[in-house]
Amino acid sequence: MERDYEVIVVGAGHAGCEAAYAAARLGCRTLLLTTSLDNIAQMPCNPAIGGPAAKSHLVREIDALGGLMGKIIDNSFLNIRLLNESRGPAVLAIRAQADKVLYRSLMTMALESQPNLDVRQAIVTQLLVEKGAVHGVRTKHGVEFTAPAVILATGTFMRGVLVVGQLRYPGGRQGEPAVEELSQNLEELGIRLARFQSATPPRLHADTVDYDRLTEQPGSPVPLRFSFDSLKEDRLQLPCWYTRTTPKTIEVIRANLHRSPIQSGSVVGHGPRFCPSIDRKVLRFPDKLDHQIFLEPEGRYTKELYCLGLTTAMPEDVQEEIVRSIPGLEKAKIMRPGYAVEYDYIIPSQMQLTLESRVVAGLFTAGQINGTSGYEEAAAQGIMAGINAARKVLGQEPVILRRSQAYIGVLIDDLVTKGTTEPYRMMTSRAEYRLLLRIDNADLRLRPIGRELGLVDENQYQRFEEKRRLIKETITWLNTTKVTPTAAVRAKLQELGSGDLKKSVSLAELLQRPELAFKDLAHFAAFPQLPAEVIEQVEIAVKYAGYVERQERQVAEFQKLEDIRIPENIDYMKIHGLRTEARERLSEVRPINLGQAARISGVSPADVSVLAVVLKDVTRYVS
Amino acid sequence: MTDQTIAAIATALGEAGIGIVRLSGSTALDIADRIFVTRHGIRPSTLPGYSVRYGRVVDPVTNRTIDEAILLVMRAPRSYTGEDVVEFQCHGGVVVVQRVLEAALREGARLAEPGEFTKRAFLNGRIDLSQAEAVMDVVRSRTEASLAVAVDQLEGSLSRRIGAIREHLYDLVVRVEAVIDYPEDDIPEMEMDEMADVIREGIAELDRLIATADQGKVLREGLKAVITGKPNVGKSSLLNRLLDEQRALVTDIPGTTRDTIEEVLNLKGIPLRLIDTAGIRESVDLVERLGVERAVQLLKEADLIIHVLDGSVPLTSEDFQILARTKDKQRVIVINKSDLPRVWNLSDLPGDDLQGAKVVEISLLEGELDPLVDGIVELVTHGMIREGTSSHAIVTRARHKAALEHAKADLEQALATLEQGLPLDLISVGLQGALEHLGEITGETVRENVIERIFAQFCIGK
Repeated sequence: MERDYEVIVVGAGHAGCEAAYAAARLGCRTLLLTTSLDNIAQMPCNPAIGGPAAKSHLVREIDALGGLMGKIIDNSFLNIRLLNESRGPAVLAIRAQADKVLYRSLMTMALESQPNLDVRQAIVTQLLVEKGAVHGVRTKHGVEFTAPAVILATGTFMRGVLVVGQLRYPGGRQGEPAVEELSQNLEELGIRLARFQSATPPRLHADTVDYDRLTEQPGSPVPLRFSFDSLKEDRLQLPCWYTRTTPKTIEVIRANLHRSPIQSGSVVGHGPRFCPSIDRKVLRFPDKLDHQIFLEPEGRYTKELYCLGLTTAMPEDVQEEIVRSIPGLEKAKIMRPGYAVEYDYIIPSQMQLTLESRVVAGLFTAGQINGTSGYEEAAAQGIMAGINAARKVLGQEPVILRRSQAYIGVLIDDLVTKGTTEPYRMMTSRAEYRLLLRIDNADLRLRPIGRELGLVDENQYQRFEEKRRLIKETITWLNTTKVTPTAAVRAKLQELGSGDLKKSVSLAELLQRPELAFKDLAHFAAFPQLPAEVIEQVEIAVKYAGYVERQERQVAEFQKLEDIRIPENIDYMKIHGLRTEARERLSEVRPINLGQAARISGVSPADVSVLAVVLKDVTRYVS
Repeated sequence: MTDQTIAAIATALGEAGIGIVRLSGSTALDIADRIFVTRHGIRPSTLPGYSVRYGRVVDPVTNRTIDEAILLVMRAPRSYTGEDVVEFQCHGGVVVVQRVLEAALREGARLAEPGEFTKRAFLNGRIDLSQAEAVMDVVRSRTEASLAVAVDQLEGSLSRRIGAIREHLYDLVVRVEAVIDYPEDDIPEMEMDEMADVIREGIAELDRLIATADQGKVLREGLKAVITGKPNVGKSSLLNRLLDEQRALVTDIPGTTRDTIEEVLNLKGIPLRLIDTAGIRESVDLVERLGVERAVQLLKEADLIIHVLDGSVPLTSEDFQILARTKDKQRVIVINKSDLPRVWNLSDLPGDDLQGAKVVEISLLEGELDPLVDGIVELVTHGMIREGTSSHAIVTRARHKAALEHAKADLEQALATLEQGLPLDLISVGLQGALEHLGEITGETVRENVIERIFAQFCIGK
């Protein structure tokens, strides 16, 4: 009984933490196993959350569903900023620099205090599988834990190899051992693996940097938070710093390229194009003569500075030369060298949209093991894997978010349906309906789902409902309150730099004028007191109504194909009229609906038409 | 699959007494309201099923009459497709029928996919399930045939010009998306004025393309039929006899090279642009004679090849060369001089190269032309889409034009958004929409290309 669980999560990185928390919150007896209790929710690369646009969206979505990431970063950031402010509400982003030690501690505390959840140190070496279904795990020490659902969230640990210059040695990440046995075990179970690589820059000692030669990047003066539940109060922030490489930097790199692992071939897996090493940047963009470098604190109680932009796995002496070629870093001391890590991942087309393996029943995977990159992408998969593993154990229907509903839906659908040739990062350009998937409305999109699942508690939900009610009432009020073109109104409009008014219009119509903001309406009508987050929603809803409606119509059109379900046991080989390539790809991905089928590369519009016909009377094609 | 209203020409292209444009879908009647005026001002949408009314099809923009027509209303589920169906029965002329179709497309109908009426009929239970596989074959073959033509059509200047617009738009979109997705990287932000200029240029170029892609004009110019064959087999006689006996519409289309003769004639209602490669046939080697490029280009661009062979003299390597070069085309192979003794048989021709060709034996000196005319008509209308227009090429062009018009509308929206001072995320909706519409012509996936190009173009990863 003591080693008998309902859900076992292997790995306590960002995916594993969310997965274990969600499964426990949904009522499953959950076990979280990690190779080191000291490194729960470790940030082995940049200790930052959010940043490039769609990552903030993922954090907000996780939070709306009832996950942890947003709340933990809100209580542990050192510096927080708004990005893309002028580029529109759909792509607005938040970036927070975390105190990595505090982040770890807060996450550890949240998990260790969670009822239903045991956290335990162990290295898992084998899955217990019988008749194609998982029923537990075995650890290096020979202990067996059982559960009908196991979530693997092992990050870069499977057959991890660290690379610095020509040197290669086993390791999951710096200072931690790799897990060798699990890969072999998965391969024996028939799961296909491939290799990716990733790298991180050197860390510098804060007292060895000449700040006079750097540009300061203060945090936002306006309080910002990721979580919908966090209070927005002022907090003392630490600055980040900015500098650029010099021609000398490029010279150093060029002179040593033969010692770079990317040149010498000592790194084999594909790396992420959005996060190239400085040596690769110099190689690929020879005309770019300087590259930006950000120096970011890693914690309040450490002198380590993250050196963003200087990712490299060059030998340490070259790293030192590179660092010292940069203004402000002439005397900087490296505390940790940069390095690359090469690791096994599971080719993601082998899983279902629920994140459950197609090969081994009850086995879920989340995070870098699925070929993604980034803490936010990992956490997003983690929460979904936790939800779906728990629901499977509890005999409930799985939850699959649609592409039109959440970036989480886009992420998982992309992985399963399209696969990936490099560590996958979320970008807003990947979403078809970007105007609908905003950070400001993540709660409107997903909180009701979080509540229904049982991840969002009553208090949180009441606050959300109140917000939703106010938004609705305010929009109605704007649509029904008329402004007549009196002399006073027309004068005021002129004063506000807005066009003249000829006939009476609603407040909503006035607000649609680009030059008018919600607060300007106070001049024309009795103005209700409203929270800022409600005003934000109302402004977006009214101002961008035309654009949003256009995308909503597109979603309705898109949804028609998504609604045509494909039975699980359909036999594509029997379907007359499908091309061979389409048969093979469809058999591999096994789409759940016609829309997903249409997104598979190698499936042509003609194949989709044939499928549509088949699905009308599918009984003869199922096995 | 979807209830968006679809439209197509339902009659074969030809001299038929009537031409039918058919609409099916939930807004078919609304569209009819906007483009059809009955004599007593009755709105088509108020008519019960199986009503027939006389009236005029009008262009909703100019309010001009396109044609007098009979309107037929069938209401769901009692129609061929099981949906609301409207038919306009017009006066047969291809140009008129095309214009009626265009009016329907402009009012929100989508051009039917190949076999789509049949497919809808099937999906709505109007066709027996036992016919499922037959339906699939139809869908499959028609879709592939039209895609093949789409690619053929893209050879040449249209594709180059669309390509140029797309490149400019990609540049724009990639810069916008790179800045949006990588706000902390040092990617130079585009000036709004510069962006507006690029969009305006795109709109202007699309306007020019739309004008040249005009269906009426294409149809007036006709399908491009190239007469080919080695010297002295009777190509000129063939052209002259066809012109003598058939009604010539226009002669000497301006802008064509002096090396070729182009004539337009109406062959049983099919407007045919006959291109004779006469005049440059005197040099020795076929390839040299035509100039490689010109010859290849002409044969490539042809909708139809009329290959003339002489049955009274032995075959030569030139004959075989032409056969091999044109084997992917719709072809009529004319074996001339049937009045003289034949010195070779059909079996002397390579079987592979003859596939799908229509073979006609004829004497251009004294015989009847009918077998040739019938052969051409059969070939042009063969395998064509029953409920679509009668030529893949024409369907494809209508599709292109619709895509170009949608792309233009999206660019106009992007420009308006930009001019109102609205942010990038909204401007990008129109830009990406335009790219996607242009992508419909080539079948490419814009979203992934944008991401590829961001990484190729910018040093991302601060």
